[in-house]
Amino acid sequence: MSFLPYAVAVWVMGVGLYGIVTSRDLLHLVICLSVMQSASYLLLLSIGYVDHAQAPIYADVPLGTRAVDPVVQALTLTDVVVGTTVTALLLALAVQAHKRYGTLDPRELRPGRERADG
Amino acid sequence: MSDRVRLSVFGVSLAGLMGLLLWALTGLPDFGHYAGPYGYILNRIAVPERSTTDVVTAVNFDYRGFDTLAEEFILFAAVVGVASILRKLRRERTRAPDDDAAGRHVPETSLTVRVAGLGLVAPTILVGLYIVAHGQLTPGGGFQGGVILATALLLIYLSADYMTMRAVGPVALIELAEGLGGAAFVVIGLSGLVAGGAFFQNWLGKGTVGDLLSAGTIPLSNAAVGLAVTGGFVFMLSEFLQQTLTRRQVRRRRGRSA
Amino acid sequence: MAVCATAVVLVRDPLRQAMVASIYGLVLGVLFFVFEAPDVALSQTAVGAVALPLMILLALAKVRGGEE
Repeated sequence: MSFLPYAVAVWVMGVGLYGIVTSRDLLHLVICLSVMQSASYLLLLSIGYVDHAQAPIYADVPLGTRAVDPVVQALTLTDVVVGTTVTALLLALAVQAHKRYGTLDPRELRPGRERADG
Repeated sequence: MSDRVRLSVFGVSLAGLMGLLLWALTGLPDFGHYAGPYGYILNRIAVPERSTTDVVTAVNFDYRGFDTLAEEFILFAAVVGVASILRKLRRERTRAPDDDAAGRHVPETSLTVRVAGLGLVAPTILVGLYIVAHGQLTPGGGFQGGVILATALLLIYLSADYMTMRAVGPVALIELAEGLGGAAFVVIGLSGLVAGGAFFQNWLGKGTVGDLLSAGTIPLSNAAVGLAVTGGFVFMLSEFLQQTLTRRQVRRRRGRSA
Repeated sequence: MAVCATAVVLVRDPLRQAMVASIYGLVLGVLFFVFEAPDVALSQTAVGAVALPLMILLALAKVRGGEE
């Protein structure tokens, strides 16, 4: 039972990787990549969890209450926002690829297949 | 190689990778029994030392401010990347937003959507500003508040049309906000150096715990990051939006082989 | 959680996948909240449920709406 979060993170990463490899649409591929990223967030947060502890905010609880590890939360926090930005970059690439090749199928994107007026 | 062969090779290697991962993860301490010392140390000393109550924000902008600087620049680089990838190509022409293909009727946004959207814009902006300002007291901070503020501007697009959004947030202003936010963050870090300490040293006076202006340079960093994130997100989204308006002129070349 | 992630991958059509990805983002946000990580839950919900599907839909609009 205590291994479950790690197992779920590994499963999500595997599923995302499977989606990327068998993808037939560039947009679908980018979404699977973001799923893989979320697997890493899961793993990070599961490492920092402490049993029967509360969030590391001391606004209304006395100092010294057991709290969850804040370092991994800080890492995951910036990771989430920046990961979305990178996903946006990939989406822009996909849009541009469609403009040049006329298709979003990864198997069709080979050099030399460019559209004549691309 | 054909699809089937590729898939079977992938299947084998995936099984190997998952097996290795699972084996590696069994070496970790059990879920719930966090072992490392840093978490416990930080939880104990962050509040009296930096007088913030939100330890995560303190880690982000004070203890590990340097990492946040790097993340800021990833954000900046990605926004620049989106802008340069989606630039206007040679044979493209941006049509005026209301100028559709002949005969196509653009459906106007329904009244419900308009009212609900426009009604939600002001509360969203307020919530976004609140979360950015209270980053050091309650969960929140520059990153979260920045995304919420960006959502507010997008609500305007969803409930009105593209031109209204352009009027409320002109491109020059958004680019300025993004650059300014990033630069302000670096300046705050450098000011730590100037004030005689390390890069990103928290040198402003720490107020009392629980005050809005406590925790030294952390509120300033929050504001800078919030500005940068808002600008970045809105800029990227408006680039995408502009793309949907760009019409491409297909040049028919004679004798073109299939 | 695992079921949701599998669903996101198995839906092939990007339009439907955007919706499922939005739900997945929400579920992930709730999970982060259960993990006692409110900051992360905040940013994940704002980003994964709103910003990400919006960008996917915009990219789709550009690709499908395409040339005229």
